[in-house]
Amino acid sequence: MSELEKRVYTSQSNVQHPWKMIKDMLQDIKRGQDLAKRLTIRDIKALYRQSFLGVLWAFIIPIANTLTWILLNASGIIKLGESTSLPYPIYVFTGTMIWAMFLESMQSPINLTTQNKSVLAKVNFPREAIIMSAVYQSLFNASIKTVILVIALAFLGYFGGYTLLLFPLAMLSMVLIGTTIGLMLTPISTLYTDISKGLPLIMQFLMYTAPVIYAIPKEGRMADVIRANPLTPLIETARSWLTGSMGDFLPEFFIINAINLLLLAFMFVAYRLALPILIERMNA
Amino acid sequence: MAEDTLVRVEHLAKKFCRDLKTSLWYGVQDLGAEFVGKKKEEDIQLRNKEFWAVRDINFELKRGECLGLIGRNGAGKSTLLKMLNGLIKPDKGRIEMYGRIGALIELGSGFNPILTGRENIYNNGSVLGLNKKEIDGLLEEIIDFSEMEKFIDTPVQYYSSGMKVRLGFSVAAHMKPDVLILDEVLAVGDSGFKIKSFNKINEIMRDAAVIFVSHSMPHIANITNKVLLMENGVVDYYGENITDGIERYFGLFAGDKERVEYNEFATIEDMKVYASAKYADDPSRKLPAIDYRDPIRIDLDLKLKPNVEWFHIKLQITDKDLKIVGIYDSFQFQEAIKNDRDLHHLKITIPNSIFIDGEYSITVFIQQRDPINSKWNLLAVYRYWRKFNMKASAGLGYVPAVVYLPGQCEVV
Repeated sequence: MSELEKRVYTSQSNVQHPWKMIKDMLQDIKRGQDLAKRLTIRDIKALYRQSFLGVLWAFIIPIANTLTWILLNASGIIKLGESTSLPYPIYVFTGTMIWAMFLESMQSPINLTTQNKSVLAKVNFPREAIIMSAVYQSLFNASIKTVILVIALAFLGYFGGYTLLLFPLAMLSMVLIGTTIGLMLTPISTLYTDISKGLPLIMQFLMYTAPVIYAIPKEGRMADVIRANPLTPLIETARSWLTGSMGDFLPEFFIINAINLLLLAFMFVAYRLALPILIERMNA
Repeated sequence: MAEDTLVRVEHLAKKFCRDLKTSLWYGVQDLGAEFVGKKKEEDIQLRNKEFWAVRDINFELKRGECLGLIGRNGAGKSTLLKMLNGLIKPDKGRIEMYGRIGALIELGSGFNPILTGRENIYNNGSVLGLNKKEIDGLLEEIIDFSEMEKFIDTPVQYYSSGMKVRLGFSVAAHMKPDVLILDEVLAVGDSGFKIKSFNKINEIMRDAAVIFVSHSMPHIANITNKVLLMENGVVDYYGENITDGIERYFGLFAGDKERVEYNEFATIEDMKVYASAKYADDPSRKLPAIDYRDPIRIDLDLKLKPNVEWFHIKLQITDKDLKIVGIYDSFQFQEAIKNDRDLHHLKITIPNSIFIDGEYSITVFIQQRDPINSKWNLLAVYRYWRKFNMKASAGLGYVPAVVYLPGQCEVV
């Protein structure tokens, strides 16, 4: 008979044995693969099972947003700065779609943790499966958006050409940075509903500090704010690749992604550490 | 292999907070402490509004042993199980677990309601660390045992609670766990499945350590070989004497306190239960002790209201589980007693008491039968008015029965 697996539970934080913790985590990630896939398929099925419009919802809301901004801009009620090389409707449509990818990826880990509360509280399984499933689901949703984007842009005469091949990378980076931020918020938002209540408000505000609905101004305080936003290079690069140019933010794009990958790995560890404490308090 | 320790619990403690808002705030603090990783066990103290839900629990379990975890609701049993299963962290102490752990903490909790029974078997299996091939091999056995062939491709959300338990138990039992943790889940199954499950647990026990929570003492007596009785988070009894543990468990209930339920038309002035002659002079015994097959002798002094003409006496004997184990009704054996005096001295004898060991209470009913419509009218009820102890077994221990049947076996 093979050596029995030994588990030790104490009050001590696993942080004190980082190597063992990371080893355990990698093992659990492997073990959770299958489960993550099953969770993903289940949730995606459930999402569209009771919906008439189904996948269409993926772009109904961004299109409605786009139309709002186009209308506001065209009527002159709001002056949205100088134009870019792209026509404004294209700019704002790509912007809102890319932003929606980020936003959904951010909410995904929070929602999945809350949804699976009762299972988490009663069954011991690799918790990493939840995060992996969150990433898979975000990737699925973002892919649908991408397909719609590419078709719509081609229809409007903006077929991106060879840079389109790079877009999946940009999409992945939007999903991953969303996941990282979502994971940072998950522990607190599991305890306090204030986070999920306040989040839409904060995100609305955050959107105005990124080049989503208007181009980066040439100068001024707002220009500094937008340039300082780490999301700016990601969004700009994604949009450039969609519309057929390489963009002005390539170095920043790769630096931010590298930092994000590190942060994401760190958040995986944090999630693992936080869950037993959350389970105890969330009383599912 | 039979002698290795699979579960070792040392000085285990867990605290909980009574107030939700405070609890959430402590949660935030705990998160911080967890990430920083600095925590000294000596420093852990109760914060405001906290209490120890589990305190200083120690035990060990080897392969082949079954620990019965008993105690009242809220004694800390489920908290202990959650810590053992790694769902929540201890605040003090240490748990060591070896091998594959199968746990059934709550009914069907491991199931995903939207998925079918079959898909859930695979999910549960992969959670427990089995790969698809291993589960393929076990699938048929699991479905067979659960007797759920017909519904295995139905989403679990349409299962009844009994069906969920069947499938849940079958999965947990067939994953060849080294440690099997069962919270009070089998209670939901029907008797046929219960019997099957207990046989299965006995089979699993040969190669595993089992921790079993139940409020059903006959089950505990049947399958465990160690008991741990918890009361207010601490160990009240831990050992291999199952009978002692169960006796102490029953002793925790103050529910069988004597009380006058109704005495409108009659009052008991005095009542005495006689001990067997052997114990009669023993002042150390709080309750009269009666030997197996000795008579139960009772003296009863009664006063009845003058408007009562005739009456009967009924005695109801209940065990510590508050289960009625015997009834004596004077109506069955004799004419009604005439209320012709101020104070009645009654002597009641139940000739042959064959109850199993334990403590018993006697409830007295004084009643009257309406001669016209044959209905019974209660004159008085004295609930659990007197208690006595049965001394029956010659070392049989706790048995899941009510009486020892007297009998003889002859070689012919």
